[in-house]
Amino acid sequence: MGLDFSIIPKYMDIILLGVAWTIGITVAAALLSFVGGIIFAVIALYAPWLIRQPFRLIEWVFMGTPLLLQLFLIYFGLVQIGIDLPAFVAGIIGLGLHFAVYNSELIQTAILAVDKGQMEAARTLGLSRTQALRKVVIPQAVRAVIPPIGNNMIALLKDSALVSVIGVSELTLSAQRVIGKTYRPFEFYILAAAFYYVINLCMEWVQRKIERRISVSR
Amino acid sequence: MTEQTHFVEIRHAQKSFGTLEVLKDISLNVERGQIVGIIGSSGSGKSTLLRAINDLDPLTGGEIWLDGVQVNKTLPHRQYEKHINEVRQHVGMVFQHFNLFPHMTARENVTMAPKMLKGLSQADADRLAEEQLDKVGMLERIDYYPSQLSGGQKQRVAIARALAMKPKLMLFDEATSALDPELVEEVNLVMKKLAEEHMTMIIVTHEMDFAASVCDRVLFMDKGVVVEEGPPSVLFKNPTQDRTREFLRKHIEGAS
Ligand SMILES: Nc1ncnc2c1ncn2[C@@H]1O[C@H](COP(=O)(O)OP(=O)(O)OP(=O)(O)O)[C@@H](O)[C@H]1O
Ligand SMILES: [Mg+2]
Repeated sequence: MGLDFSIIPKYMDIILLGVAWTIGITVAAALLSFVGGIIFAVIALYAPWLIRQPFRLIEWVFMGTPLLLQLFLIYFGLVQIGIDLPAFVAGIIGLGLHFAVYNSELIQTAILAVDKGQMEAARTLGLSRTQALRKVVIPQAVRAVIPPIGNNMIALLKDSALVSVIGVSELTLSAQRVIGKTYRPFEFYILAAAFYYVINLCMEWVQRKIERRISVSR
Repeated sequence: MTEQTHFVEIRHAQKSFGTLEVLKDISLNVERGQIVGIIGSSGSGKSTLLRAINDLDPLTGGEIWLDGVQVNKTLPHRQYEKHINEVRQHVGMVFQHFNLFPHMTARENVTMAPKMLKGLSQADADRLAEEQLDKVGMLERIDYYPSQLSGGQKQRVAIARALAMKPKLMLFDEATSALDPELVEEVNLVMKKLAEEHMTMIIVTHEMDFAASVCDRVLFMDKGVVVEEGPPSVLFKNPTQDRTREFLRKHIEGAS
């Protein structure tokens, strides 16, 4: 049986729904990983020892174990202790926290790299350390890590396919389902790949726009 | 503890970094509206003394008083933080390397602290920014980012930022020494203007001419002590100490 791409339009609605889920999950997880990354970084650098410890454990779990296992744990494991999350929520939390830990590493380094004179100037005006961090140091650190965080977000997009294993009908699982009906793996995996590529391009475009916008303010 | 009688009063200031004693029993009084210059060779402790006044480098001994309030008084940590943040609102500081906030425009640099700490409305803050930036001749660049400004312009914005908190005292730590020579004058002019308005200022500088022209009193520091002090006319023309003479010989071209 040869290749037949003409079959694609018939199943396009399923695939497009998968695209929508992939975009939704990626954007939500990206936001979570960004905000979470900042929070984790601040805790790692400034929180008292006792508060740092549980976060170190979280960090270790999310960095040192497979994302797949983390998704299973959040989706299937938490049910046992009474936390029954919808699959897509579990997926967003898993992906978001996983990448928050990686973003946190970047942001910590960037915070430490902000010139000491910035904190001093802010403190001299009468800002508290917390105020100075919030208004002066962290915004600069975040600007500095936009490019590497962008790379993490591309990785997040690709890893979003893993949430198919807990039954979220994102792009990869949608393609698989269509293939189950049509027995046309090549056509639909290629189609899915093309969509990932397009989403990828869009993310790079957004990243470039953000970088251009902040370039003067660095 | 005796009552403070001077506007700024530094009593027996002592500062060590580890085993290195950087300030050795320095006492200094500054009256309201006075302009005091501090000169001295590199490493003599000028910056450390200045930074002790707003507690950026806390003293290890002695007292600092400003307008009836002890800056470095003993308080539990949290209360001390509150106290020192309050004190710092009244003390403007200008740094050698400007330390402008690069992610904020000139306007935002000037208004951030007043908005945050004094609860200014956006309209009041804008008026304040215009007023302060106009004063330093930077009104036209109000919406520029620091990266779009020259060194002299950056320093003028930094001065406006400090003035926007309406400080009682301004501290300058070599405000012009990171500038290209042709940009020094524009910053000096702003400082002279402040002098005419009777702003109380303590100015660390290596520009002897400038110190001579604006300061009421000049201190010469060496190795953590004030070697000699007096009005510029006396200190620069007839220093009594050998160390002062030697320093001035090196730093004033054409002086005999
Ligand atoms: N944070 C610090 N830790 C350790 N030593 C320090 C610190 N800050 C300053 N010193 C030391 O204290 C001494 C005085 O420094 P300070 O910066 O006050 O000198 P200065 O008179 O301002 O010199 P310059 O003209 O070079 O600015 C120097 O020997 C310096 O190395
Ligand atoms: Mg210095």
